[in-house]
Amino acid sequence: MSGHSTYTPKSAFARWLERRLPLLSFIHASFVAFPTPKNLNYFWTFGAILSFMLVAQILTGVVLAMHYTPETTLAFNSIEHIMRDVNWGGVLRYAHASGASMFFLAAYIHMFRGMYYGSYKAPRELLWILGVILFLLMMATGFLGYVLPWGQMSFWAATVITNLFSAIPYVGNAITTWLLGGYSVDNPTLNRFYALHYLLPFIVAAVVGLHVWALHVVGQNNPTGIEVKDEAKETVPFSPHATLKDSVGLVLFLVLYAWLTFFVPNYLLHPDNYIEANPLVTPAHIVPEWYFLPFYAILRAIPNKLLGVIALFASIIIVAALPWLDTSRVRSAVYRPAFKKLFWVFVAACLGLGYLGAQPAEGVYLIAGRILMAYYFFHFLALMPALGKIEKTSPVPDSIEEACRAASAARADAAKKAKAHA
Amino acid sequence: MGAVERHQATPPRQDWSFAGAFGRYDREQLRRGLKVYRQVCVSCHSIRLLAFRNLGEKGGPELSQGEVEALAATYKITDGPNDAGAMFERPGRPSDRFPPPFPNEQAARAAFNGAYPPDMSVLAKARGYARGFPLFLLDALPGVSYQEHGVDYIVALLGGYADAPNGVTLPPGQFYNIYVPARRIAMPPPLSDGQVSYDDGAPATAAQYAKDIAAFLMWSAEPHLDERKQIGLRVVLFLIVFAGLVYFTKRKIWANVEH
Amino acid sequence: MSNQKTAAPNRRDILFVATGAATAVATGAAVWPLIAQMNPDASTLALASTELDISGISEGQIVTVKWRGKPVFVRRRTKKEIEEAVNTPLAELPDPQPDSARVKKPEWLVVVGVCTHLGCIPLGHEGEFDGWFCPCHGSTYDTSGRIRSGPAPSNLEVPQYSFLSDAKIKIG
Repeated sequence: MSGHSTYTPKSAFARWLERRLPLLSFIHASFVAFPTPKNLNYFWTFGAILSFMLVAQILTGVVLAMHYTPETTLAFNSIEHIMRDVNWGGVLRYAHASGASMFFLAAYIHMFRGMYYGSYKAPRELLWILGVILFLLMMATGFLGYVLPWGQMSFWAATVITNLFSAIPYVGNAITTWLLGGYSVDNPTLNRFYALHYLLPFIVAAVVGLHVWALHVVGQNNPTGIEVKDEAKETVPFSPHATLKDSVGLVLFLVLYAWLTFFVPNYLLHPDNYIEANPLVTPAHIVPEWYFLPFYAILRAIPNKLLGVIALFASIIIVAALPWLDTSRVRSAVYRPAFKKLFWVFVAACLGLGYLGAQPAEGVYLIAGRILMAYYFFHFLALMPALGKIEKTSPVPDSIEEACRAASAARADAAKKAKAHA
Repeated sequence: MGAVERHQATPPRQDWSFAGAFGRYDREQLRRGLKVYRQVCVSCHSIRLLAFRNLGEKGGPELSQGEVEALAATYKITDGPNDAGAMFERPGRPSDRFPPPFPNEQAARAAFNGAYPPDMSVLAKARGYARGFPLFLLDALPGVSYQEHGVDYIVALLGGYADAPNGVTLPPGQFYNIYVPARRIAMPPPLSDGQVSYDDGAPATAAQYAKDIAAFLMWSAEPHLDERKQIGLRVVLFLIVFAGLVYFTKRKIWANVEH
Repeated sequence: MSNQKTAAPNRRDILFVATGAATAVATGAAVWPLIAQMNPDASTLALASTELDISGISEGQIVTVKWRGKPVFVRRRTKKEIEEAVNTPLAELPDPQPDSARVKKPEWLVVVGVCTHLGCIPLGHEGEFDGWFCPCHGSTYDTSGRIRSGPAPSNLEVPQYSFLSDAKIKIG
């Protein structure tokens, strides 16, 4: 990871280590001296928040694994054993379950921030694609983890999601049988899901390493979307400036996380998952976890099995193509008045899909789902390419420094006006 | 989809001592609920995840050690095999869990015309229901949070029996109840006034029994709720103060940067 | 910031110290549950006692029962074995303890059947002192479960137990 190598080892041990493994200067360059644009807002703290959540999920997950039993007759009981008997078990399990939701919440904010400020545009395409890969891995991990408590929703989520693969022509059924290790979701499925749920977070961590590496090569984007021109004037060192700002965002985020964990832990969980898995009875309303709802709505909007599955995967993969679909030469929505509006329309469409994903797939909900799905793809495939060509952008400042001066002048002006008013 | 009146009614919201951030279980109520469970529900419903020792734990009915031991000893627990290779029965100990009234699901179904009385251990959490958009958004918020859907449902169900309206014919062995899906249930009305005698002055009515057993089932589903909320208050308060400290530290550090 | 070292603590320093201290507290409080969860859970702690009917044990016999996942030896000692145990001079013992301190009734010896060296289970009626012999590293115990030779540092542990009646003991 690039940065200034201004680090000089102070102690004898540091000098000894530095000659053999330049770990300290690497850390110094990447996380201390690394130049950070000084105009980042709090939406930029979600990268650090996501790193924290990954570590928190791995830690709570590893300790839960010490008490969990991946066997169909014992899995449900072992979760309740954790809740009832294990020291701090209830807190740890709720922290892990709520943690998944908080992780996705942070990821969505992080992604929408990237879309708003054009963080995916050259030279950050690979950074963006690594992010989409991380999102896919997170989805897989979240799904696998949801199966482990072996409640009714666990079982039927596993059944429905693995059956997605049966849509593949000719080999679909064979693939599903292979995934399940049998003809239905059963003990072999639970066992491998557990193994994979334990494995994937470490792959996520590795890809996070690549994501951060790519970020440190190209440098951070910033709200103006203008590249840093004068490092001395326009950047601050990562530590302590960015670390402290990230900490503020993180601690505020933790207040929300703690509220969810300690006071409303079952708010985002489904009651049916407190009924042990029963292969002979499907619950009346099966709904995925909230973070999958928009994609679930897209799956159901299409009345054809194969096309529905294709649309589901396409809706995620298409995000990776955004750097090439967006043709605008201006990066940030700050200077793109039309895009700014359409961005919020897009956010609303995603929320709308999320709402519809939780409704019964019938009547008006289904029609609304089709309209929003069509808009979702229209946004990526038509609006993004066309808008860049026809949009009249506002004047972009020459540098971050100039944008900052303009902003503080505007602030001072507003303050003066407010004073005069009073 | 059937006609409108076939949909179950929404359970009315009850007042619970354990609702909200400062809510805690009412020990007396849990003791009454335990009594209702042991005299009424126990003949059909298991509560297999609950151990006798739990009854003595903090934040529960908080029976004394002697009471727990005496209560446990009234149950027969199958243990073994002994040296002769046979299973045998012995009086329960605090470490044992409540024995089920039927050895397995099939035996229960055989006794009840194919219906299976569900295990009650986590029933209060399993019977939650979604209030739908937009009310569910309020359910998570401090001050107005509503997490007691499942307990409310149990109270509503226990009092929700009525004569089937004209035009509705019930299959044999089914009862009309406005709060259950399709408005019919295999469980006969379980509670009646005066059925269980209370010695703490609470009214011996079916309505009171329903509330007490529901509270007891909530505790059974979430035995560490009191402790969790206590820790939670400390954590949230600490984090708010911590957020202030970090924020002002950040302001100091950034004081000389124009941004 | 290094040139401020000599100055008296100002508000800025206090703020930094307070934030640092709060960070340390937060880290500690978050790490503690991750460590404490490895302690025995409530269901394990609840299984702390075992009852045993001793009426069927004949003289010289050793019965093994499981208590907290470990074997406990209940040995009905013969007259000879009791005499051997009582008459051994304390000076000969690596871990001196009179036999009377190790039994409640001389006829019954109750010890945890785990060698105090590295946790193997000694074999009964073996070894030159008529007590136990540990096959792993050769420690020998006498008829009072006391270490007599070999690498084990101390006598076999006597668990907490009580006689519920003449025919029944409760361990734990």
